[in-house]
Amino acid sequence: MEFLQPTTWEEAVETKAAHPDAVPIAGGTDVMVAVNFGRLRPARLLDLTRVPDLQQWDTEDGVVRLGAGVPYARVIGELGDRLPGLAMAARTIGSPQIRNRGTVGGNLATASPAGDAHPALLAADAEVEVASVRGTRRIPVADFYTGVKRSALADDELVAAVRITPPSGPQQYSKIGTRNAMVIAVAAFGLALHPDRRAVGTGIGSAAPTPRRAPAAEEFLAGELDGLWDSRAELPPATAARFGELVAGAAAPIDDVRGTARYRVHALSVMARRTLTWAWAEYRKGETRCA
Amino acid sequence: MSTPTRSPSGAPSHLTGPGGGRVGDDAARPDGVLKVRGEFAYGSDLWMDDMLWGVTLRSPHPYARIRSVDVGPALAVPGVHAVLTSDDVPGSKTYGLELADQPVLAVDVVRYQGEPVALVAADHPETARRAAARIAVDYEVWEPVTDAREALGHPHWNRVHETEAPVTELSRESAHLHPEGNLVRHVKVRKGDPDATADVVVVGEYEVGMQDQAFLGPESGLAVPAEDGGVELYVATQWLHVDQRQICAALGMPPERVRLTLAGVGGAFGGREDLSMHVHACLLALHTGRPVKMSYNREESFFGHVHRHPATMRYEHGATRDGDLVYVRAQIYLDGGAYASSTPAVVGNAGTMGIGPYVVPNVHVDCYGAYTNNPPCGAMRGFGSVQTAFAYEAQMDALAAELGMDPVELRCRNAMEQGSPTPTGQVVDSPAPVAELLRRLQAMPLPPSPATGADADLRDMPGGVSNTTHGEGVRRGVGYAVAYKNVAFSEGFDDHSTARVRLEVVGGEPTVTVHTAAAEVGQGLVTVEQQIARTELGVDRVVVAPKDTAVGSAGSTSASRQTYVTGGAVKAACEAVRARVLERAAALTGWPVGDLRLFDGAVVAEGLQLPLAEVLGDDAVEETLEWRHRPTEALDPETGQGFAHVQYAFAAHRAVVDVDTELGLLKVVEMACTQDVGKAINPQAVVGQIQGGTAQGLGLAVMEEVLVRDGRVRNPSFTDYLIPTVLDMPPMRIEVLEYADPHAPYGLRGVGEAPNISSGPAVLAAIRQATGLPLTRVPVRPEHITRT
Amino acid sequence: MRLTCTVNGTEQLVDDVWEGESLLYVLRERMGLPGSKNACEQGECGSCTVYLDGLPVCACLVAAGQAEGREVGTVEGLAAGGELHPVQQAFLDAGAVQCGFCTPGLLVATDDLVGRALAEGRRPADAEIREALAGNLCRCTGYEKVLDAVRLAADRMAEEAR
Repeated sequence: MEFLQPTTWEEAVETKAAHPDAVPIAGGTDVMVAVNFGRLRPARLLDLTRVPDLQQWDTEDGVVRLGAGVPYARVIGELGDRLPGLAMAARTIGSPQIRNRGTVGGNLATASPAGDAHPALLAADAEVEVASVRGTRRIPVADFYTGVKRSALADDELVAAVRITPPSGPQQYSKIGTRNAMVIAVAAFGLALHPDRRAVGTGIGSAAPTPRRAPAAEEFLAGELDGLWDSRAELPPATAARFGELVAGAAAPIDDVRGTARYRVHALSVMARRTLTWAWAEYRKGETRCA
Repeated sequence: MSTPTRSPSGAPSHLTGPGGGRVGDDAARPDGVLKVRGEFAYGSDLWMDDMLWGVTLRSPHPYARIRSVDVGPALAVPGVHAVLTSDDVPGSKTYGLELADQPVLAVDVVRYQGEPVALVAADHPETARRAAARIAVDYEVWEPVTDAREALGHPHWNRVHETEAPVTELSRESAHLHPEGNLVRHVKVRKGDPDATADVVVVGEYEVGMQDQAFLGPESGLAVPAEDGGVELYVATQWLHVDQRQICAALGMPPERVRLTLAGVGGAFGGREDLSMHVHACLLALHTGRPVKMSYNREESFFGHVHRHPATMRYEHGATRDGDLVYVRAQIYLDGGAYASSTPAVVGNAGTMGIGPYVVPNVHVDCYGAYTNNPPCGAMRGFGSVQTAFAYEAQMDALAAELGMDPVELRCRNAMEQGSPTPTGQVVDSPAPVAELLRRLQAMPLPPSPATGADADLRDMPGGVSNTTHGEGVRRGVGYAVAYKNVAFSEGFDDHSTARVRLEVVGGEPTVTVHTAAAEVGQGLVTVEQQIARTELGVDRVVVAPKDTAVGSAGSTSASRQTYVTGGAVKAACEAVRARVLERAAALTGWPVGDLRLFDGAVVAEGLQLPLAEVLGDDAVEETLEWRHRPTEALDPETGQGFAHVQYAFAAHRAVVDVDTELGLLKVVEMACTQDVGKAINPQAVVGQIQGGTAQGLGLAVMEEVLVRDGRVRNPSFTDYLIPTVLDMPPMRIEVLEYADPHAPYGLRGVGEAPNISSGPAVLAAIRQATGLPLTRVPVRPEHITRT
Repeated sequence: MRLTCTVNGTEQLVDDVWEGESLLYVLRERMGLPGSKNACEQGECGSCTVYLDGLPVCACLVAAGQAEGREVGTVEGLAAGGELHPVQQAFLDAGAVQCGFCTPGLLVATDDLVGRALAEGRRPADAEIREALAGNLCRCTGYEKVLDAVRLAADRMAEEAR
């Protein structure tokens, strides 16, 4: 096994081009588990922790560009105001030790349907910035996931950053686990209200082969909210319930050791209803977070 | 002989600790400083310069015939020093705690997924793993038997109550996994009228999933070939001498050539009572002539030790309208998995104590342990009593509901007390404060409800920071449960321990050395040994010698027995030493022995203080004693009657649980526990046992299960086998009662298991109260609460 | 490959490291520092918690090469000379040590938590302690005495700092 340690982004991208089989490693929270248990024996590991560009975030034209190597702990500590949905998701991930190492870039590269960041990224309409020696491209996150632990990332590409527009309205994130800490999601749901464009964003985790949105639910709710954005009137309970049903309807879960498909569908409907209720209550109070 | 070393820590060392603390004090652990400095040598920390790493190749199939094994490709890997199969086992090919039915390495057939098939020793663990993967095993895969009742050819129950389901094709056909058939043991308890009738009848069927001990320090040890052709084994285990007996048989060696020393043990809870890597490491060491270390990873650990028996149970309780129990009839099936392990004893416990600490005139219990192709099951804290407590306490609540009676009232009305008869014809001959334990719980204040809505702290909510509720759907339930458990080994077993105690003056300071083979697994027995020696001999400096087979057996660190039995042995040996020292002092001084006692490093009497240095000079006074608790009897095979258990321990819990009834998520808000411990030898350690036992019971109630389908374990990792975190375990209220058992040393009662038994049923009762659902299966899953 | 890093303030150099080894394996098997424990090897139990450049992490999930040139702090480095660190002493006094396998990781995590809180001029609240230690599994104690120990350590360290 070879251990490759580029110290610049250019070097990293070139190394990946030269060794498309190299397995990138950042926080190690997925890769090292597989290595420790003999399930992964790559010819090369490509360590990205020495690439300074990946460890930074900044704001460009009002959009947060989050370097792929920024650990969750910093997302919570430094970006809770700008990216509340992602920060809420980050708080549910593993333990403090894991959050000090694990990264959004790693979550994307692994592309597990259970990755905790995905529903928040989907709801926020994030874009994934990927790069290779061929150049840089931006992929809408909804198009990034292509199958169970498969993504649009080409063999010679690395995840450079995620680009997220800070919200014009409330965001929520909710995740089911059978323990009150340190659990892989049985099901997860991310919600973003976008009053600026009168739109709604959703993200479903652990309830389909890939993380996915719930388009019918988004359309339905956007329609229902059409008259309410300005009045900030109470949301009819039936609307929240219907939204929940539509979110659940978008799921295609399986039975596995963590939960049954039926439960996942049910839990999504409850989480969607509740998170909408909380988000709308926040919106009504005018506590809109501005970029 | 060379001993394993590792800078900076030593191998298992003599423990002295900070000193001070007698019986009844919160004495400090002698191994505590080493543990907080990271210098305590656990099995996995042992190391020698020239050691090799051993790994195990395990069967991927739950049931298969081995057509052939080709070790050639593995032997060809550079760095590999040995590859062994059952052909290389020189002595007995099988071993076992009660029945020697388990192969050291598979012989022709594998009977569970994970059964060891071959061993590799190499100079790096990765080399060994790679080589093991190259061993070519040709399996003829068979259909596994995975249901205990089907394995016995017994019919399934219908979920509706009265009638039995027809015998299935499989149950009639099921092949014998072992020559004697698939029944490991059937215990019958028969008392009173088998056909008794009652005004009010409650029937229930219950199921308990397979729990794992999940000790944090995986199986590990180091075997070192010795100059005499024998072997030294340093190993994390629970019972050195029963290991030694089985290793000797497998190696075909006498005990004097197989010497065991206890390595640091990272928790046990029953999971180290059976052999794991013991014989394997010895075989590899003897074969290679090099020290061999074996250390399982977490996944292998799930396959490397027995689990708690899953149970299916059917109970029928009959009572008068006033709430007096008239009869209990129960059928209990325990899935023993592929090999017997301690299934016979677990069946004995589940059968004899299966109706709980209640007085019932008519009892009819059948308890079966069966062989299947599931993972072998054996000892785990609570040992047969945990499973039945979920059933009998659910029945008591159901009966209370049927009678319109308070559940605590119903329990107190039928509670066992001193003088009560047990279902097995014993009379409870020491305090049994069952009702008092419950009443004290009831008198404790209840915790306040958490803030909800915008003010909610997510960490107080079901789901925690995963943000699933701010109070929506949350209902609180309060549940009670009480349980009892036999202490020490039962049913006529010659249960004893050996202690060697030496008193001498070292560097001018009177020093006691206590040498027993009793395994310290974290519970604090080494502290108790010191406390007893200090108390009996009036000497502060007490050294605990390494635990090894150079002294006689201490019996197992299980059944809540070590403080009682090894504590009793240490006390007796100290008394013998004391008698000799006092005789010596009497001879020196002319004082009558009866007037002399030991205090503060001196022989004292009214007006006499003679330092031990003057009494002993350069001599050491040493006594080695075997000590036994009063004998028990075997059960009558037809009626289950007999003086089977030497002592009972009693504990009760009240659980307060907030349930998100819509999502099925839980927050245990508080656990309260009352327990009678007879005498708290070390109160801080007693409370620690209650807290830890409570957490394991809570874990089984709401999250812990080894999921097995078609004989395959689906979640052998800490990612999917979940144990409680600090956010799952609530604050506790604890009251410790001390009603002395006149038959036991210092009046003490074994502590470790009872709180593990009543905890889970109390949690279940609380969830039932919050949801109104019957919830007959544990662990409770969100699916059960949401009926999805 | 060769690995050099600073462990508990001391420069360490080891050769022949296989690239798939974790920092935990290197500490335990190559540097003679077995204090950090190996209980799950997948970041689920916290027994191997060490400081990496000042942040608590699971050493089992750090590839050895990732530690090149970094500062590592382990349980062996907590005590200054013969004196126990206040967190170590508090775990002993509170009875928070039973089998002790989780203890090294808990000590590092607690040291980090209490250190951060005191730096902000406060003691950690119970809910904060629970969230901060949720990644450290303990099978023996039921955590009650661990919480006692953290409170005790925070009190004593706050007292010392005054």
